Amino acid sequence: MFSNYIGILNLNEDESNLRSLSLNRPLASIPIYGRYRIIDFILSNLVNAGVKSVGIFAQTYSRSLMDHLGIGKPWDLNRRKDGLFIFNYSLNNSIINDVIQFKENIEYFYKNKGDYVILASSRMLCNIDLEKAALYHEKSKNDVTVIYKNVKGDDETFLNCDVLNIDENNRVLSVGKIIGLNCNVNISMDILIMKKDFLIECIYKSIENGNYSSLKNYIYNNCNKINIGVYEFKGYLSCINSIRSYYKTSMDILDTDIREELFFKNGKIYTKSNNSPPTKYCKESEVKNSIISNGCIIKGSIKNSILSRSVKIDYDTIIEDSIIFGNCVIGKGAKLKNVILDKNVVVEEGKNLIGDKKFPVVIEKGEVVKNLYKKAEGSYKA
Amino acid sequence: MAKKDVVALILAGGQGSRLKSLTKNNAKPAVEFGGKYRIIDFALSNCCNSSIEIVGILTQYQPFILHSHIGIGVPWDLDRANGGVSILPPYVKDAGGNWYNGTADAVFQNAYFVDFYSPDYLIVLSGDHIYKMDYREMLKYHIEKKADATIAVTQVPIGEANRFGILNTSDDYKVYEFEEKPKNPKSNLASMGIYIFNWHKLKHILSEDSKNSKSTHDFGKDIIPNMLNRGFKLYAYPFEGYWRDVGTIESYWEANMDLLKEDLPSINNHKELDLFDENWKIYTSSLAYPPQYIGEDAVIKNSMIVEGCVILGSVTRSVLSYGVYIGKGCEIKNSVIMSGAIIEDDARVTNSIICSKVKIKKGSVIGNSDGLSVVPENKTIEGVYSNG
Repeated sequence: MFSNYIGILNLNEDESNLRSLSLNRPLASIPIYGRYRIIDFILSNLVNAGVKSVGIFAQTYSRSLMDHLGIGKPWDLNRRKDGLFIFNYSLNNSIINDVIQFKENIEYFYKNKGDYVILASSRMLCNIDLEKAALYHEKSKNDVTVIYKNVKGDDETFLNCDVLNIDENNRVLSVGKIIGLNCNVNISMDILIMKKDFLIECIYKSIENGNYSSLKNYIYNNCNKINIGVYEFKGYLSCINSIRSYYKTSMDILDTDIREELFFKNGKIYTKSNNSPPTKYCKESEVKNSIISNGCIIKGSIKNSILSRSVKIDYDTIIEDSIIFGNCVIGKGAKLKNVILDKNVVVEEGKNLIGDKKFPVVIEKGEVVKNLYKKAEGSYKA
Repeated sequence: MAKKDVVALILAGGQGSRLKSLTKNNAKPAVEFGGKYRIIDFALSNCCNSSIEIVGILTQYQPFILHSHIGIGVPWDLDRANGGVSILPPYVKDAGGNWYNGTADAVFQNAYFVDFYSPDYLIVLSGDHIYKMDYREMLKYHIEKKADATIAVTQVPIGEANRFGILNTSDDYKVYEFEEKPKNPKSNLASMGIYIFNWHKLKHILSEDSKNSKSTHDFGKDIIPNMLNRGFKLYAYPFEGYWRDVGTIESYWEANMDLLKEDLPSINNHKELDLFDENWKIYTSSLAYPPQYIGEDAVIKNSMIVEGCVILGSVTRSVLSYGVYIGKGCEIKNSVIMSGAIIEDDARVTNSIICSKVKIKKGSVIGNSDGLSVVPENKTIEGVYSNG
């Protein structure tokens, strides 16, 4: 029944506060919780609700995203009919406004047989039953239904999110920004449900009228003309919009309840698998309260940390409150605390890296460039 | 159809009755191994890594899990437009049908499949051995020796040689005698059950063998001795790496424990099996599970653990498969635990094989130091249990 829905993931997200983690990749493909990428959550939510066609509007630096998505097999989106559509812009284009991007690919909307569209971004991390929200939308006769969550206004992790001002009939009166005051606010989860034809109309109108930086912006600014309703989500939600919120969101997964909810509640979260062997714990290993992916070899001690795939941890190391991305190698006797290591980082023997919970040390993927160069050099000689 | 030089057939139809309850509802090649793998993954990955593009899998006994595991061969890159993997169960002909009756009969019944690709060489493999081997190297050797058949051999301790098919060869590995499980073995070169044949010659012999009512239609017992008697050129291909037949509960358990060796020392000239080798990966169909969670009070030593596990207790020298739950205060030692098993708080499991979806109730004690205990799949156990 849900197959008349199209999922649209709009990835023109604000990455400015993620600095080093988004240097080589869009926010959507930043690794999280060991084996996942941020985009896996919204993508799995859509698929679990029965959406058969997903369009992804990517922006710059998409290599890592394309590598991850492939033909959409892990999400069962490798279909003859419908499936995964990626609309990609090259590195040379600066980030463009989504309205223009939708208009340039308007054929996708026309060609698709779906009647409804779920428009979403990737940074809002949750495991949500979108089918319920969509059924609510169909009943409500809203032009647009926005999914929101009531949160504390001073929760830093939602900085820069849209705030919905809602009347007693669940209509949106106006949309503002969160500014960190200590009161409860309704933040938009950037998930909008509407008819396809309505979306197409919005695209044309906003171009005609001009002055709209995004489709969302156009809809929100016309809330006196457009009938915008809301649907409340009460589960776990985190917005990844800065290094700090990325770090906090990652560490949240060590909580059993959050883990159960995010990984299982409304369906599984799917991701690309890379065929690594099981993780090997050696005689000296000491691991406490941590999330560990496959393919690791652990000889040292790890506490309150998250390890991606194929991380090698040597003897006498102490790793605490840290997030380690794939293929990192931690040398003998190294100590890490409150650190985020991007992929392929090598920490030499005996090195100490200590950050703060609020200001974790982030080591860039930069190291890999050196390694790849070295590899290339070697192969030329041979 | 482009002609291929070599076709591989994997014999995966045997019941594996010596594995007892492990193969009650499942063919031996599909038994879980090493956490996330199934036994047949080794032969299939070897094919994939040896760039063998046509693989037929002969199945017969309890095939559902095996068939669904192989699917269209995606994990091993065998979903090909030209060739790829084919599942070959016994089938009914116009003169009636037959089950596969011996290894040679199984191959002969599928001669039409091999002929479809008309290869020069046929590789016959077993679906129940744990090893990494480049079949291309063996094929090269077979061609260099201008052999009619080549049999891979591994050196076993002479005291154990009576458990294997033993090849007696001259110094250049030319085979002059084959003895199936000899009482007094003359050499320690044991057949690994990996054969390369010149297809056209083999087909002829299989056809004759099929008409011989006295034959058991087995490669080791009938075909190889027959070829030797008739003066065909047979060579042994010495293999140095790790190899294990996991045909018994003990050897299955030991092979799992072999994966836990840390510094990979060489024992009996056998290198250990390295699952972490990027150049010779073992592929399998991966399942969607979150990463493993290791709890605040967990103690994990010398073990292999897969995604989807939640470990709150202590695990020592054990191999855990997908989605295993180990409760608080548990002590798991020297054990293999298959997917989806739930071990509740304060249970103790020693020297055991716990099959998939087993539930072990709070405080139960499984296994003892006298031998291996096996808990068959889907069982719920409460109290003390051992069959060691």
